[in-house]
Amino acid sequence: MLEELFLTSRQYQNLLEGTWVTIQVILGSFALGTVMSLIMGVARLSDKGWIRGSALVYIEFARGISAIILLFWMFFALPILFGLGGMPPMLAGILALGLNMGAYGAEIVRGAIQSVSKGQYEASVALNLSPRDRLRHVILPQAIPIILPPYGNLTIEVLKGTALVALISLTDITRVALVMRQNRVLSDDPVSVPFLFINVLIIYLILAQIIAQLFKVAERRSAKKFGST
Amino acid sequence: MPATWDWEYAWEITPDLIEGMVAIVVATVLGMIVAVILGLFLALGRRSDNKWVSYPVAWFIEFVRSTPLLVQLFFLFYALPQITFLPRAISTMSPLVTLVVALGVHYGCYCSEAYRAGINSVPRGQWEASTALNLKSSTKWRNVILPQAIPRALPPLGNYFVAMFKDAPQGSAITYAGVLFVARALQSADFRTVEPFTIAGILFLMVSIPAAMAVRRLERRVAYESD
Repeated sequence: MLEELFLTSRQYQNLLEGTWVTIQVILGSFALGTVMSLIMGVARLSDKGWIRGSALVYIEFARGISAIILLFWMFFALPILFGLGGMPPMLAGILALGLNMGAYGAEIVRGAIQSVSKGQYEASVALNLSPRDRLRHVILPQAIPIILPPYGNLTIEVLKGTALVALISLTDITRVALVMRQNRVLSDDPVSVPFLFINVLIIYLILAQIIAQLFKVAERRSAKKFGST
Repeated sequence: MPATWDWEYAWEITPDLIEGMVAIVVATVLGMIVAVILGLFLALGRRSDNKWVSYPVAWFIEFVRSTPLLVQLFFLFYALPQITFLPRAISTMSPLVTLVVALGVHYGCYCSEAYRAGINSVPRGQWEASTALNLKSSTKWRNVILPQAIPRALPPLGNYFVAMFKDAPQGSAITYAGVLFVARALQSADFRTVEPFTIAGILFLMVSIPAAMAVRRLERRVAYESD
């Protein structure tokens, strides 16, 4: 019973290859999601109505449509609708998860910017800082310690979302497990399905813990660097 | 509109996709019923004075929240039937039951955090007064703590309801005939992708955006009343 808990080294090697794909998807989605979060979070507070409005439309759309529906639409409908040759599954996954993350992240960024005290804003206007410098050197540095904790949770949600790319044929951890399950009839060394999925769940748990720890380190650093009161 | 869009075909498939949406709503409502009940027990279990209860419950919540719903679905659907000592009722669940259990357990763990925050926000004096009045533990929870904690937990519970709705189409991976499953079936039957997936997306937004707005109204109202 106990030795069944572990898979063979060949099977672990397959799962690790899948893990690498999962890591690539999460890194890509995180990068796109963070860019979108910052742009849209700031745009939500713009003086210009049309900028605020378009940011709001993006947020409502990218949050309201579920990640899995967006993913399938990106993969199957978008290339035909715009006459593209096709969509690599990795790109479809990163676009769908990144755009979805950006909508949630934008609300975190907006909330954090609004929580920076009004005096800071007024002081930087009084000091005649340009809007860009005001944001970069005064507002955002103070918003970051507020952004980080919910942003860590959001990143773990996106990690969980990466499992969806298995459904559009990208061989991430989940897909590797599905293929192993299917092939076990032909295999000389059939895998135990319950332990296979328990192993997969544990790999995701480990990845989530790594993300949580990275964000804890970042929180400690930003608290030191930007010295909150 | 590009030539790839066929209005006639779009109208033809819309009723099927709406049926798929109804299936998603059914799974979500059933899943939420499981989640709000299970979540309350998990929240109470986590507060238990008995370490043998509170530690495993806390660990279970952390585990479920850190792993993908999709893999949990596959575990319930593919792995449980392979475990021979389980009763047949558990090892041979239909796709709908599997989806409801997976959504209920997954979001039950999230709901437990909402309850926990609600319970923690009940002022200390209320606890002390219950002790001073010598209330039984069950009376204290039923008549003092939970009636104050649950209204504060409602907005986050509403958010999880909307989030669960967005995750429910994952049931298509275990052959539950929700909207995504219908779209995929149309894709393989008619070799068309633009209309099924676009209409599925539009139908989804038509439900989820008003639902999210309703939750925001609820949030403002609860904030107003507890001031």
